[in-house]
Amino acid sequence: MITSFLLKSFDRTIVIAVAIILGLALIVPALNLLTSPEHPLHVPTYLVSLFGKYLTYALLALALDLVWGFCGILSLGHAAFFALGGYAMGMYLMRQIGARGSYGNPLLPDFMVFLNWKELPWFWYGFDMFWFAALMVVLVPGLLAFVFGWFAFRSRVNGVYLSIITQAMTFALLLAFFRNDMGFGGNNGLTDFKDILGFNIQADGTRAALFAASAVALAASLILTSGMVRSKYGKILVGVRDAESRTRFLGYRVEHFKLFAFTVSAMMAGVAGALYVPQVGIINPGEFDPANSIEVVIWTAVGGRGTLIGPIIGAVLVNGGKSVFTAAFPEFWLFALGGLFVLVTLFLPKGIVGTVQAWRAKRKDYRKAAADEAARGQSVAKPVAAE
Amino acid sequence: MLTRLAYRSLQSLLVTLCLLITVFATDLRAQEDLRTMIDALGEGSFAKTIEQVEALARTGDPKIVPALEALAAGDLYLRKSDRQVFLTKPAGGSLTLVDPLTGAEAGTESAGALTKIRVNNSLRRAVRSALGGLTLMSPDAGVRLQAAQTMLRTPSADALEQVEAALAAETDARVKPVLERARAAALLVSDRPDDEKKAAVAVIADAGGQDALSLLSAALSSADDNLRPELEAAISSIKERQALWSAGQNVWYGLSLGSVLLLAAIGLAITFGVMGIINMAHGEMVMLGAYTTFVVQEVIRTSFPGLFDWSLAIALPLAFLVTGVVGLAIERGVIRFLYGRPLETLLATWGISLILQQAVRTIFGPTNREVGNPSWMSGAFELGGLTITWNRLWIIVFSLAVFTALLFLLKKTPMGLQMRAVTQNRRMASSMGIRTPWVDALTFALGSGIAGIAGVALSQIDNVSPNLGQGYIIDSFMVVVFGGVGNLWGTLVGAFALGILNKFLEPYAGAVLGKILVLVLIILFIQKRPRGLFALKGRAVEA
Repeated sequence: MITSFLLKSFDRTIVIAVAIILGLALIVPALNLLTSPEHPLHVPTYLVSLFGKYLTYALLALALDLVWGFCGILSLGHAAFFALGGYAMGMYLMRQIGARGSYGNPLLPDFMVFLNWKELPWFWYGFDMFWFAALMVVLVPGLLAFVFGWFAFRSRVNGVYLSIITQAMTFALLLAFFRNDMGFGGNNGLTDFKDILGFNIQADGTRAALFAASAVALAASLILTSGMVRSKYGKILVGVRDAESRTRFLGYRVEHFKLFAFTVSAMMAGVAGALYVPQVGIINPGEFDPANSIEVVIWTAVGGRGTLIGPIIGAVLVNGGKSVFTAAFPEFWLFALGGLFVLVTLFLPKGIVGTVQAWRAKRKDYRKAAADEAARGQSVAKPVAAE
Repeated sequence: MLTRLAYRSLQSLLVTLCLLITVFATDLRAQEDLRTMIDALGEGSFAKTIEQVEALARTGDPKIVPALEALAAGDLYLRKSDRQVFLTKPAGGSLTLVDPLTGAEAGTESAGALTKIRVNNSLRRAVRSALGGLTLMSPDAGVRLQAAQTMLRTPSADALEQVEAALAAETDARVKPVLERARAAALLVSDRPDDEKKAAVAVIADAGGQDALSLLSAALSSADDNLRPELEAAISSIKERQALWSAGQNVWYGLSLGSVLLLAAIGLAITFGVMGIINMAHGEMVMLGAYTTFVVQEVIRTSFPGLFDWSLAIALPLAFLVTGVVGLAIERGVIRFLYGRPLETLLATWGISLILQQAVRTIFGPTNREVGNPSWMSGAFELGGLTITWNRLWIIVFSLAVFTALLFLLKKTPMGLQMRAVTQNRRMASSMGIRTPWVDALTFALGSGIAGIAGVALSQIDNVSPNLGQGYIIDSFMVVVFGGVGNLWGTLVGAFALGILNKFLEPYAGAVLGKILVLVLIILFIQKRPRGLFALKGRAVEA
């Protein structure tokens, strides 16, 4: 069954994409670690981390594409799932600091000592173990998405209403995480990480490994989503997107299909957040900002929603552009981003990949039509010739 | 502080009056007596001086007021040579002596020849209550009122008889109740029988307020068992009344927040509610309105300073025009290509909002801009236990006026009729000869223009910065979604309900948690009623 799932999920573009991503997972760390800094092909560590960050963004965009591109749920709260995954990882990293914090408390993170807390809040228990934190990275966003989605889809909140309440959800979380007494470091968030799994988080090797892990996670998610959308389940999901009422009348429990996709997508976003945090070294409530969620939407839209590799390309392109732009003309980045939103929705509704696909399909049709025409022309011509 | 100042100036007025009286009707004999008594102020310990002050107070002669005032202020000196007491005024290196009774100058002395009469807190208190007692008999009702209030704030058993005498002679309706309370306050700290004290408790409890509460609490700490239940009952009744007023104050704050929400959301109720366009740039329209106000005020400041009080009236139509035109441009340039694709509209307008924000940031700078309040919008007044600021009151009035105007426009004008027709059934409206694209453009411009005039109002209470709109966008959407899409009444009810709910949660949960709770409640509410409080029924829902 698994093989059939895997086989189904591999079409040519996906195979190529997975191969490229996995290839990157090998080549970039190798170029970083094995070549000397003077070597022309050497990849400096800051670039490894930067590209690693892009890969986690790509994973987040892929997660959003699963619900938006294939199920028509425009979530404006995916940054919340991303940030929750990030906080779960951040809590593990905080616990790893142990007695090396500025206050030297073996149990409590610095900000708790600073707030004069005497004991660890209950929700911080277990985060000293990596497996537990890794579980929470998936479970917490998954659970939130499940509960939220269960309520929302069951009462048939959809379209822009759903978008607005997901935005309200992430806004509420933003406000909540800004509070010091929430126990997540308030305004400053979690930072000053030292180790991950016993390795120094600043070391080149760890950075390269995190990059490779991000690439592998992205490749695995690509295979998973590809399998999902190509299965029978995926066909129904698209049916929900295009004609929700009709799918319901055909006897499918639409809300269950949506809920499953939403929850899986939130878990993927959580994983992306968990990989993001050790690479940038901080997680703070700013990640819950509703603007971030909307930016994820534009990555997906630029790349092409409803195509799996589109969001990946979109996330890397837009963020690469952002890095270049904010360094060169910091004033104009918002103009560029705003313009991108307008232009893409007006002139490129299918995104880059979608447009290319449509263009190729058209050319194929045209060729086929031309071939048919030619064949018919011959078949018509033949009798003429026979005459 | 201010009352103290007024008190001082009134007293100096009194001093001049007294001096005039002294000049024309000199009772030399009495003056001699007073002179000796004042000279005695310079002798002995603090306790002795206090006794002397009280003795002076018992004479009830207003002529001693300047001397006592100077004593409290530390300006009273004893001349070492003849043990006489003088007021002083600094004059170069030495001091000018002034006779404490006549106010006539009596030469100068070097500082070394004089001893300052030292004061401590209990002496100051004695002086204050003596002055209070003296001024209680003043012919000027205003001075008497001030004195009675002073006595009320610093009750002392010694002053009780003075107060009672003053009360018996008092005829002014304003002064009398204050005096009665002052008497009650003094009575509570005296050794009068419990029955009288109980009556006094009732008098103070009737007055209410924070002062009464602290008086009674002070009395409770030293009261005996007979009086205790009375005091406790009085305290709890005052507290109940205060709780009621603070609930009233919360309602007021809630109404004020609600009016702000209404202003921010009402334009959105048009674009989102009536047209179904998700306009994420709505907040930026509010921001543009606020910046228009800023520009108008700048021009007025530099060119026509006299018109400042009119600045808002000038800014209103301009803001409507500016944001209306920007809205028209957005609709014609972007949104009209996206009808029927609400999610894309959301993204495109978000992009527009980023561009507008950055544009304003580039032109006006990222910092807050100063927008002033016209004189008729600043200040506050008291209504019972409520403090009401003028700007909040005007904004409530203004938001309701905008709401009414909009309702009138939608229900009673041809344009409103066309707008409603297009909303309910676009194709049918088009068949009847309505130019639907034109109506769309005007409706969007109208919604944007209203956001602009909301910005003029909000510039009065919020920081005018490029991020002004961001703060309102989520709240406004919540209001519209909560109230029900396509219904202005729903927006009105939604805005005030959310405002009041927010302000009632705040004291219990804190501002941030209160806001989170409201958001969570709205999210739950939408699950229950996905179309809001006032849902449209019928075919319009499906369109």
